[in-house]
Amino acid sequence: MRIRGFVVRIIRQLFRDKRTLALMFLAPILILTMLSLVFSSEDYEPKVAIVDVPKPLEAKLDVSGFESYEHKDEALEAMKDGELDGYVTFDDPSTPDIVVEGSDPSVNGAVMKKVQTLFPSQSLNLSDRVTFLYGNEEMGMFDSFGPVLLGFFVFFFVFLVSGVSFLRERTTGTLERLLASPIKIWEMVVSYVLGFGIVTLLQAALISWYAIYILDMMMAGSFFNVLIVIVLLSFTALTLGILLSAFAKNELQMMQFIPIVVVPQIFFSGLFNLDTISEWLSWIGPITPLYYAADALRDVMIRGFGFTDLLIDLAVLAGFSLLFITLNVAALKKYRKI
Amino acid sequence: MDAIIQVSNLSKSFKTQDVLKGVSLDIEQGEIYGLLGPSGSGKTTLIKLMIGLELPSSGSVTFKGSRLKAKKLYPSIGYMSQSDALYQDLTAKENLAFTASLYGLKKAQREQQIEKVMEMVDLLPHLNKPVHQFSGGMKRRLSLAIALLHDPEVLFLDEPTVGIDPVLRKEIWDGFRKLKEDGRTIIITTHVMDEAERCDRLGLLQHGEIISSDTPAAIKTQYGVGSIEEVFLKNGGVSVEN
Repeated sequence: MRIRGFVVRIIRQLFRDKRTLALMFLAPILILTMLSLVFSSEDYEPKVAIVDVPKPLEAKLDVSGFESYEHKDEALEAMKDGELDGYVTFDDPSTPDIVVEGSDPSVNGAVMKKVQTLFPSQSLNLSDRVTFLYGNEEMGMFDSFGPVLLGFFVFFFVFLVSGVSFLRERTTGTLERLLASPIKIWEMVVSYVLGFGIVTLLQAALISWYAIYILDMMMAGSFFNVLIVIVLLSFTALTLGILLSAFAKNELQMMQFIPIVVVPQIFFSGLFNLDTISEWLSWIGPITPLYYAADALRDVMIRGFGFTDLLIDLAVLAGFSLLFITLNVAALKKYRKI
Repeated sequence: MDAIIQVSNLSKSFKTQDVLKGVSLDIEQGEIYGLLGPSGSGKTTLIKLMIGLELPSSGSVTFKGSRLKAKKLYPSIGYMSQSDALYQDLTAKENLAFTASLYGLKKAQREQQIEKVMEMVDLLPHLNKPVHQFSGGMKRRLSLAIALLHDPEVLFLDEPTVGIDPVLRKEIWDGFRKLKEDGRTIIITTHVMDEAERCDRLGLLQHGEIISSDTPAAIKTQYGVGSIEEVFLKNGGVSVEN
């Protein structure tokens, strides 16, 4: 009897909180769907070019599916712009040279496979003839995923901690007391950004240092640039966390934003090749902060880009923060009624 | 004396529930005004309307003769809510220092005020203890100390003495008297009858209406009863919780 009563109570409680119920049933479906769309998409077709093929050789090769460039400088430019994953040059007609972009090991492999189709009969050892624009042949999956994961974990924890701490301001009544004090709404939001900003700076420095110098994650650029990207990313996480905490009644409901707001970002931030994601989902990436942060982190850590090359990504991240700060101020102004 | 707060024909409803119905009252500068009524009678809602934490459905509230404005109102009031709005991880002193910073208290003044208010609520020995180690009554007293910290002109205290023992409660009331002598105005809600008797004037709230607003003695004479409690019993038979 006691157990029955207990079970009834638990089920009643669960059904009273419709959101937790929806999360339990729908969130796994959502994530599974995303995973299936990400993984079942067709194999990545690398964009490979042949450069200045000697006429007699061209007749013998099957060049369908390859782009063609007159000069290797043009091909190099196209690669830097992200239009090419690799190209083949024929300075010595008997032994082709291959250049790959190099920042994603799975794409490198796909390029090699495709180049191999050019020479089906010859037993050339192509891997000796490869040069990398970025990265090197020893770069592993972790070096390629690393920058994305680094960004992801910083985003994840800053989002959660800032969201929960602001939620507590509301649930413990301290927000009400703040509203009845002379502090201005924008001062509250800015205080949160600064307070967490300082802690985040330390967190970012420690995690980046650990990943790069202890875990030996590939690092071609400057540590300072990595910090700038991560701090800007954590500002977006922080301001988004505070904003969304207004839509949560308790800590559990704050957790429920993880599969909806945080996890999907990882699918669209370059951990999986963005070109293979279904067409109708591809718009999601560019509206998530992690997309830009991951791009910038890869630029610094794998491609060794300098500060000026990151400006667009950094500007977009700063823009996200400003947008969320503005929305926060607007949302909190509704609490202060006079 | 001048009315520092004027409440005119104030009504408030949440969805379908009418919490306050046409409440009018004046609170004069330098008095201790008690709001008394059974739970659910609208005391907390009335306090929140007076300090602009809620907006009225109809009617109006004025502070010193003008409409409520955050910029003018909040620097000069102290508010203690029914729940203890404290940062549990911080010490009592850190909580107080944070509040002092909100009101722009300078360092010397801050130290002096912290000492003064903690003395009044008898928490001085616990200044450096984290709040989560406090008992319920201690938290209540710290909340009161925080509301008093910037020496506000008007104090809004929502059930300030719940969980505080009678001896200490008397000391706290002596403190309220002193504040009144310094010209401070105190609006206080309570359940406790002996506290009601100590107010200069009382507003009796029942079912969202002010049934009486006068000195405790005048109210008892008006209803021909010996205690304030009997007024509620006579007027609809809802007893006041103790």
